[in-house]
Parts: sequence; C-alpha cells; structure tokens
Amino acid sequence: MAFNRPFGSFASLRMTIASLRMTIFATTVLTLVGCQREERNFQGMPPSATSTMPATRQTGLQPGPPVRSGPMNGPYEQNAYGVSQGKTLYNQFNCSGCHFQGGGGIGPPLMDDQWVYGSSPENIFETIVEGRPNGMPSFGGKISPDQIWQITAYVRSMSGLLRKDVATGRNDDMQVRSQEQAADKAKPVQSVIPPSAERQ
Amino acid sequence: MSSQLGRCTSLAGGALLVLLGCSGTADRPAETAEQTSSLPSRVPVTTTDSSGDDGQWIMPARNYASTRYSSLTQITAQNVAQLQLAWTFSTGLTRGHEAAPLVVENTMYIVTPFPNYLYALDLTQPGAPTKWTYKPDPALASQGVACCDLVNRGAAYWDGKIYFNSLDATTHAVDAKTGKSVWRTRVGDINKGESTTMAPLVVKGKVLVGNSGGEFGIRGWLTALDANTGKLAWRAYTTGPDQDVLIGSRFKPFYSQDRGKDLGVSTWPGDAWKIGGGGVWGWISYDPDLDLIYYGTANPGPWNPDVRPGDNKWTAAMFARDPDNGEAVWAYQWSPHDLFDYDGVNELVLLDLPIKGQTRKVLIRPERDGYIYVLDRTTGEVLSADPYGYITTTKGIDLKTGRPIEVPEKAPQTGKVVREICPAAPGTKDWQPSSYSPRTGLLYIPHQNLCQDEEGVEANYIAGTPYVAAIVKMYAGPGGHRGELTAWNPLQRKAAWKIKEKFPVWSGTVVTAGDVVFYGTMDGWFKALNARDGTELWRFKVGSGIVGQPIVYRGPDGKEYVAVLSGVGGWAGAVVAGGLDVRDSSAALGFVNAMKDLPQATTKGGMLYVFALP
Repeated sequence: MAFNRPFGSFASLRMTIASLRMTIFATTVLTLVGCQREERNFQGMPPSATSTMPATRQTGLQPGPPVRSGPMNGPYEQNAYGVSQGKTLYNQFNCSGCHFQGGGGIGPPLMDDQWVYGSSPENIFETIVEGRPNGMPSFGGKISPDQIWQITAYVRSMSGLLRKDVATGRNDDMQVRSQEQAADKAKPVQSVIPPSAERQ
Repeated sequence: MSSQLGRCTSLAGGALLVLLGCSGTADRPAETAEQTSSLPSRVPVTTTDSSGDDGQWIMPARNYASTRYSSLTQITAQNVAQLQLAWTFSTGLTRGHEAAPLVVENTMYIVTPFPNYLYALDLTQPGAPTKWTYKPDPALASQGVACCDLVNRGAAYWDGKIYFNSLDATTHAVDAKTGKSVWRTRVGDINKGESTTMAPLVVKGKVLVGNSGGEFGIRGWLTALDANTGKLAWRAYTTGPDQDVLIGSRFKPFYSQDRGKDLGVSTWPGDAWKIGGGGVWGWISYDPDLDLIYYGTANPGPWNPDVRPGDNKWTAAMFARDPDNGEAVWAYQWSPHDLFDYDGVNELVLLDLPIKGQTRKVLIRPERDGYIYVLDRTTGEVLSADPYGYITTTKGIDLKTGRPIEVPEKAPQTGKVVREICPAAPGTKDWQPSSYSPRTGLLYIPHQNLCQDEEGVEANYIAGTPYVAAIVKMYAGPGGHRGELTAWNPLQRKAAWKIKEKFPVWSGTVVTAGDVVFYGTMDGWFKALNARDGTELWRFKVGSGIVGQPIVYRGPDGKEYVAVLSGVGGWAGAVVAGGLDVRDSSAALGFVNAMKDLPQATTKGGMLYVFALP
C-alpha cells in the first residue's frame, strides 16, 4: 500500500549501504503489516440486511467449467482492531451463548477444523447473515455488515486461520481456553452434515 | 381401550392408596403386589402406587406417585447374574437418548431425541418388529434453542393415545394402534427461545406439558391440553401477576414470604419477570386422593444474578395445583433468587411415611441444591432437608423459614470469578429420576459430584438467543469421581449405601420387587445392584453411554424384561453427542470441562437393549 512507502524510504536515508537493503525490506514489511494491523475504520459500512457479496459456494462441485467466485478475503482478516471488535461483538450478540469460546455447545465448535458451511470469510459472513437450517439464527438486518465482517474475522481467529499477530492476545474474563493468538492453524476440513439433521 | 391410568383416574381417591408393605425381613419377593401388601411390615411405609402389577409401563415414572417401582418378581437378586440380552433395536439417531420406553398392550413405544420419531414395536412377534413409525417433523431451527443437547424424556399413554412433545414446542397425540396423528398443538414459540423436552403427564383427561428454555429468557409455564382435542384447558405461568400464575383464593403457601399479592412481579426488577425463565421441563406427580398435581419450576434467567435482584418468584420453586383448572393450592421456593442454575424440576416421589409417630402424606425431592427435602404434600411444609452430596453454597435449610442458609462469598458476581461452587450448575442431581422400593424403604438416587468456577458477565437479552451471562467451568467434586448412586433412607434421613461412578450417573434408576436396582453409566455399562446393600450383581456393556431411563415389564410370553435406551448425550454427554471441543472449558455451559475424557470412553448412537432371564 502506497502510504507505507514514504516512511520506509525516509528511514533508509540515514542507513549505511550495507544495511540498506535489509532495512528497507524489514521496515516495509513491518509497516505494511503494522499499519493495516492498526487501521481503524470508524465509518464502517452502512447497516443493511442485504449482502452485497457475490454468491458463495457451499460445494466444490460445479456443473460445467468451474468458475471461481468472489474475493477470498474479508476486510478484517489482517486487522487486529477489527478482530478485537469482533471478539467483543461475538459475546455481545450472544454467539458465545451457543458456540461458547470456540468449543461449542448448542452450536458446533468454532476452534476445530470442522466446517459444515465453509470456512472462508464469505462463507462465514453468509452463515451469519442467512442463518443455517439446523438452528443457526439469521442475523441479517440485525447486525451491520461491517460488524459481521469483524465477527467473521474473530471466528476465523479461533481456529488459528488468521496471523498470530492479528489474533487477540488477551482475555478480559475467566480463562477457559488458550489465547486465540496461540491457536495453531487448524486446516479446515469440510464436515459432514451435523448428526442432528439426519433424516431417515 | 381400557388402560391402567384410565381406571386409576376413575377410582375414588381413598381406594387408590394401596398399602405396600415394606419389610426388612422378607427374603423372598412376593409374587404379586397384593401379596406384597400382606407381608409382615416392620417398617410401615405406604405409597400411592396403585400397581396391582399388570406388567405394563404406561408413563415414564411408572405411576402417579413417581416411584419407578416394578412389583414383578421373576428377576431377583439371586438370579439376575444370569440376565441375557433378548433383543435390540437401533433408533438410527445419535443425540442423547433420555427417554423411558413405554409398554402398553404388548406394544413398546419409544420416542427418540430430535427429530423425535415415535416408534411402535410389536412385542408379540419374535425380535419385536416395528409396527409403525410416527414422524412429527419438528422445525429444524428448534435445534438452535435447545440448551443441552436435543433430548426428549419420553411419552405417556392414556385412553388409546400416545402423547409426547417434539422439540419445537409442539405436543402430539398419536393413535396407539394405528400411529396416525389424532391432534397436534403448538404450545410455544421457538423465536422466544421456547422448546419442549419433557415427558407429558395425563391427569383426568388433561395432558400436562411445560416449556424448556431457562437459558433463553423464556417465561415459564405449565399448560393443560384437553387429551381428546388438544385444545388449551389452562396455562399457569411461573412468573408475573397472580392472575397469570393462577393464584387465587385457594392459595395457602406454608411460609410467610410466599404470601402476598403478585409476588411473581414484585420480586423482580421492572419487567424482568417477562424474560425471567422458570420453565417447566421436569417431572409431574399426582395424588388422586388430594387431587393435586405437583411439579417444579426451573432456574431464573439469566444465570448472572446481579441483573435480577429479588426472590424471582416463582422460579426454582414448586407448585401444588388443582388439575381441573390449574389453580395453585400452595407453592414453595427451593432457591429464592437462585444463584447457581439450581432448577427446581427434579422428580417428586409421593409417599406416606411415619414421621414422629404420625403417618404423613409427604413428597420427597432430591433437589439440585444438594438436599433431600421431605415436604408435607398437603401443606407445603418442609419437614426435613438433609444433604446427600458435597455442598459449599449453603450451610443448610432453615426449617422455620424454609429458606436456604446461603454462603455469601459463593455468590457469583459480574466480573468476579468465584471458585469451588459445589454443587455445580447441574446440581447434586439433575433431571435423572430416582426410584423407590416399598420393600427396602430406600430411594435410589442417580446423581453427580461436581463443582464449578463461575464468573458473571454482561447480560444481553436478544429473543431466541441464549440469555445466561455467565462463564462456567465444572470439575469433579471431592474424591475425584463425578457420579454417585445413593440409596437413601428417608426415615433415618441418611444414606444406606453409596456407589461411586467415574462419570455422572445421568441415567434414571428402576427398582423391582425382586430387590434389584438397574441403572446405566455414561461409559456404557448397564448394571444391576442388590437393592438392599448395593452389591453389584450383573453388568452388560452396551454400545453407547446410557442416559436413558430403564423400565421393567412383562412380555406377552409371561417373562419379565428389563429395557433401556443407550445413546450418550444430554447436557453431561453433549461433548460426545455434539462433537464438542474439549479445549474450551466453558463449552456446553462449562460441563465439557468435567467430561474431557468421555470421548475416549464412549461413542454416540441410539440403541434399545432388552434383557431377560434365559
């Protein structure tokens, strides 16, 4: 991103030639990562029930030539502030009442590698907006899309799908699980339909 | 079709009180209930069990007194070691199987966890093939408002019909012969967090059902539906003005704090009573002599007590009501301003006991708070309350006021972690029902030994989502074992013996005139104990952990059978049934932390097991 570069270039002026290349690299990476990590979008997106995202897919099987759908990243995937907000919202909107701190209860666990309706940011966003047939409520029109993206990013951090320095590193309440920051990445696996939905 | 229940209800009250002699000296079980009653009776204990045993099992508690006592005598403490598997039946489902099978006119009826199939099995044919299956097709979304797995605690038979609830707050009446729907009535709204998991009870032509959802900010109620039409007869709310609670001129509670106008409103801040919980999802008993039904109410919501100062009536309480119109006759609150999710919905066993030289009509309640209460069931007076497990939350029950003596430092608070709360939220005992033998005079109580740490957090009521506002982490109580089976002597007010189990004993118990107690464990053992001393006599390993209610019946071949559903689940078994992640100690309202080793001990899957002697 353009706004990182002037700072990186300015810093490098005082450096010796020998360390120049490495410093440019390191600082650029740090600031690249750092600025986005600390970015705060106070405007947010307008509250709306309708998703503006392109259609997501629940299956890899497509009739005819496969067409890739949608962008693969939510807006807060690399943003520590957004993830932290997502954690607060996750509790305030009672997501924690069903999924608890990732281990599940009424709803399925979110800290493991099993994903019934997809693990991509768009999948999770749509799951929150649309609800799912086996008990997941539809929050569309109840939470602003921007906040849903924040919750989405936090949900992904629970199984280590975000960078460790973006995931939250503290907990304000009784310790019941290791910090999201310490979560090892759980490679997503497509889960079978939950047993509760079995029909004969 | 003439049923035992139908006959019971038509009899004059006094004739129902069959004296069942209890003899400590009788070595040989009697052949029939009539003979039992003529045995020399050293300890005169009577019950309202009217069983001249017809070998059927038409309601989960066996009878209106809720004794879960079978007077069949083929299987005895002497021969139970030869018990063999007779046949099995797979339900094809994998959530917690908490129901008791029913046996009526040579047919067995099984109601499953969600999606709540009702199976009818033909006991007259080899292997008991399926006669019909009734599928109620409950709303899939109701799975999102079931706090503690997708369980169902059973059906009830009355006058040719099977009655049961599906999870989506709907009551069903099904023709027992054909399996066709007679009526279905929507009794609640899942968008308000209401669901139905309890077994109905049919009393005087009325089907009694209550709602679940104390973790979703519901407003609790007990409803009576006309058994023939499904039309609403009356509804008694747990909270709110007297008019809604059906408190009127007949209401005479024993304790002074329970007297006054509209206590269901004034003991709450503002309108909190409207979302204050107090569901009715446990057991109902009925005394035809006094013509009163008895049932308990569940925890107030949210769990975090900071947001609901006051006694929060009539949650965590019990009512005696007139079954005809629902009118309250008395009430008693086990846990005023409940702090720990101590639902007051456990079974109420109706007995007539000699107390201080007088025969008293009592009800016995092994309560979630760790005490066994004996109440006079005509007045609601607490006659005794004795601990049967490890308790740190209270120092006893003040019999003058009927109130628990609380330990203030154990009260959960917002933003503060309180440790070693014992018993934990599921209590010393949860829903899993006890049984009572008039022969031994003992109550066989399946229960747990758990403590917890808890922190209250900010409460946010959003209809249809959980309203708990507490973070909980449970663990084994002193001794490290998580389950117990206690044989309690209500006359001596102490345990006769105890069995320790690794996991919570989340199954019911049943006791027979052969002096055998049956129960199951969450790691999949079905066990038979000597009812007198607790010696283990027999065990059988079933496919999945047992959280169901065993029953005893006589088959068309004249043989005595014992039946139980296996299929682990329920709140305690949610870690397996729901595939939960044990790395989160707070999962399933904190129960997962105490059950981290259950996935290694059992797998899920519903299967009925039926046993008989060779």
